[in-house]
Amino acid sequence: MIEMMLSTALVLFAIAIAIALYRIIRGPSIPDRVVALDMIVVNLISGIAVISVLLKTKAFLEVILILGILAFISTIALSKFIERGVIIERKRNR
Amino acid sequence: MRTNDIILQTVTKIVSFIILMFALHIFFAGHNNPGGGFVGGLLTSGAIVLLLLAYDIKSVANSLPIDFKIMVAVGLLFAVGTGVGSFLFDVPFLTHAFGEFTLPLLGKTHLHTAVLFDIGVYLVVVGSTLTIIQTIGEGE
Repeated sequence: MIEMMLSTALVLFAIAIAIALYRIIRGPSIPDRVVALDMIVVNLISGIAVISVLLKTKAFLEVILILGILAFISTIALSKFIERGVIIERKRNR
Repeated sequence: MRTNDIILQTVTKIVSFIILMFALHIFFAGHNNPGGGFVGGLLTSGAIVLLLLAYDIKSVANSLPIDFKIMVAVGLLFAVGTGVGSFLFDVPFLTHAFGEFTLPLLGKTHLHTAVLFDIGVYLVVVGSTLTIIQTIGEGE
């Protein structure tokens, strides 16, 4: 019973990732694509959590935290590139 | 137009410490759980990259005055030193030793010289990653 529910959740996460993938391919502007990438990572984190419940292991919990940190840093880097044109500034002008 | 990213800088001040603590945890959990020197080093450099994103290269270099090329050399020295140190006890290269010790604050602890080798890996990964990123960031 619980395995069927978890498998259904996995399928729903896969559908959400597919919808976000459509937004990445068709998205008219770059910020659409960045937000869709962030959404894909969030759904991936949820999928990993469900898979670690299905496999009855605690070995994937670090992966969840690391993916969250990586999504945070990469979204900030992409949005800074969109806004300023550079990712790492040499010297702040103020 | 003067841009102001106070939200990013305030979040960075908190989150970078959380990432550093998590990197330290993953580094020391590497013996019995997933993790180790490589992932810990990458996460530490991720925290410093977050500082570089929120501030600029010059202020991060002022607050963190470390030459990362020397850091790579120190890490390699740690890794080779644990290998050569086994010659002192007349055993083959890179033989590791371990034992149970009773430390004053931590109590009974299982200490292993593989941690010293892992510290070498950690320093090399942090140093090489940040050397690459700083060199690309400073170029024209």
